[in-house]
Amino acid sequence: MIEIQHFLILSSLLFLIGVFGIFLNRKNVIIILMSIELILLAVNINFVSFSYFLGDLTGQIFSLFVLTVAAAEAAIGLAILVCFFRNKGSIAVDDANVMKG
Amino acid sequence: MQPLILAYYFFAGITLFSALFVVLSRNPVHSVLWLILTFFGASGLFILLGAEFLALILMIVYVGAVAVLFMFVVMMLNIDFKEIKSRLTKYLPLGVLIGLVLFVELGLVFGDFVPALSPKGDKNLLINEEIENTRQLGLVLYTDFIIYFQLAGIVLLIAMLGAIVLTHQRRKDVKKQDILTQIYRDPDNSIELKDIKPGQGL
Repeated sequence: MIEIQHFLILSSLLFLIGVFGIFLNRKNVIIILMSIELILLAVNINFVSFSYFLGDLTGQIFSLFVLTVAAAEAAIGLAILVCFFRNKGSIAVDDANVMKG
Repeated sequence: MQPLILAYYFFAGITLFSALFVVLSRNPVHSVLWLILTFFGASGLFILLGAEFLALILMIVYVGAVAVLFMFVVMMLNIDFKEIKSRLTKYLPLGVLIGLVLFVELGLVFGDFVPALSPKGDKNLLINEEIENTRQLGLVLYTDFIIYFQLAGIVLLIAMLGAIVLTHQRRKDVKKQDILTQIYRDPDNSIELKDIKPGQGL
């Protein structure tokens, strides 16, 4: 029988892979965006598994909204990336230094 | 072993394995392909959890739109990826450290975790086995959650407008209609009457 713990371990591992990817690919914005997608996917798996094991539909609905926001975020992020590439000629994070941050 | 457990391990293995390769792959195009495989594995898991609608939405929205968008951007931007990847190993220890810290934190939380066995939600939010998942989602999404549904639509609209505004380029060499100039044009300035004598040119 599948327990909720199976899914919790899976989603925490997926979350960790996403965080790990952000730190591993510090220079490549595209991979960072993909890592954010992985993190959001881990959150979605958590929501859906709790929804199933509690017999409550709220988790699935919340997951639907997370999906919506993730799609919007990917679109905006990639648009900003295209703008950045047009201005700088690269997508390295280190080149985003106009504000001396 | 029950077939359900086997299916769980199959899909979970696919998801984790391909997620690892999204992060580790040297070529971003390969990363996007691994990301697609990750979403397929996750949607298999969603089907195991009885969330058929979300599983199919995950395939349609993520594989069909978001991953293709990523692919499009990766291929459209002409980037020298070898130069980017050359300093990969520099951040590896830091990444492993942060990952370990997070893992220990999650493990501490997990050690103290007791699942609540009864839902605390509304009566019509309880999962009913006799109704299909999609129908049940629709029954609450368009009634109880209508405001959030509309707000999600507004978020998507603003994202679409933002993406268009950000990436739209105004080109100088393309002629376009300027309506205000046309409206404010005045016959006094535009027409000149010439009195031309017969037999002569202008």
